[in-house]
Amino acid sequence: MNAACQIAPMPVLVRIGPVIAACCADIARHADRLNRLDGAIGDGDHGTNMQRGCEALLAESQRLEALPLAQSLAEAGRILVMTIGGAAGPLYGTLLMELGRAMSETSGTDDFPTAFAHAVNAVARRGKSGTGDKTLLDVLFPLSDLLAADNKFETTPAKVAALAEMTVAMRARRGRASFLGERSIGHMDPGAASCALLVAAVCREINGGRRA
Amino acid sequence: MSAATPNVGIVIVSHSPLIARGAADMVRQMVGDSVPLAWCGGNPAGGLGTDMAAILQAIEAAWSEAGVAIFVDLGGAETNSEMAVEAIGAPRSARIAICNAPIVEGAVMAAAEASGGASLARVVATAEELSPS
Repeated sequence: MNAACQIAPMPVLVRIGPVIAACCADIARHADRLNRLDGAIGDGDHGTNMQRGCEALLAESQRLEALPLAQSLAEAGRILVMTIGGAAGPLYGTLLMELGRAMSETSGTDDFPTAFAHAVNAVARRGKSGTGDKTLLDVLFPLSDLLAADNKFETTPAKVAALAEMTVAMRARRGRASFLGERSIGHMDPGAASCALLVAAVCREINGGRRA
Repeated sequence: MSAATPNVGIVIVSHSPLIARGAADMVRQMVGDSVPLAWCGGNPAGGLGTDMAAILQAIEAAWSEAGVAIFVDLGGAETNSEMAVEAIGAPRSARIAICNAPIVEGAVMAAAEASGGASLARVVATAEELSPS
């Protein structure tokens, strides 16, 4: 499966329909938890918002699957922007739109880590944020490094879960959680939490539907 | 809406439709129909939040060849407004500004400035004087 995470063959191996279904199921299963995490340091709707976005993807799943992978990722990003209805919409939307754009510009297949790094940098610009700010970037930037370092995909879910856990100790410097200052410390960032969930679901599907 | 005026348009984007509408009411009270004005608030499901498609519609509704100044409340309103401006694309996107100003005071002061025929840059600067940088 390591070949799949090199992504050279990813556009061939990965069907986006089952990936969307897996993401949607995991977000639904964890929506209450994400809302509680967001309630502690934000406005409490991150789980509900993510669930709305994922359900919109699921509804468009067949149409997305008919597109070339790069194009379907970009279109999925547009759907998330239109449906999530919070700051997570532009952030996850930018990630997928820029990933799709970068993959189609490099004719797609041979350099997924570079395309992913480009997309993560675009998210950072969109959020005017970087690492250590207690956001989903604290999962995405290290994940981008892992991909570039020829990482085994099987262990990625555990690694991203640990990255999300590391946001507990951070003080928020972006978003509504930053209004809490020191009091944001001690809570996991809900964006990092949803990001770890989604990455784990995608990895599981690439690995053939097995749970790590 | 008065598309007949060449004045800068004002768009108000809040997480709450009540705040957006209330701020728009205050702008109208100040400048009447002399400035193109639109507002939006709430997420696509009708709850508190922001809706990129609704922001796009509001920009179109308040569109003026002189440009549009957007006023936002919290994070997602700004980020979704940025996405909407990019979706509109060049050359019109260069004539849309998201203001770093308090939503109510900023919109009212910007509208007062716009009603006198001020440029977009002047309208934005007036509103942003409210925010110490």
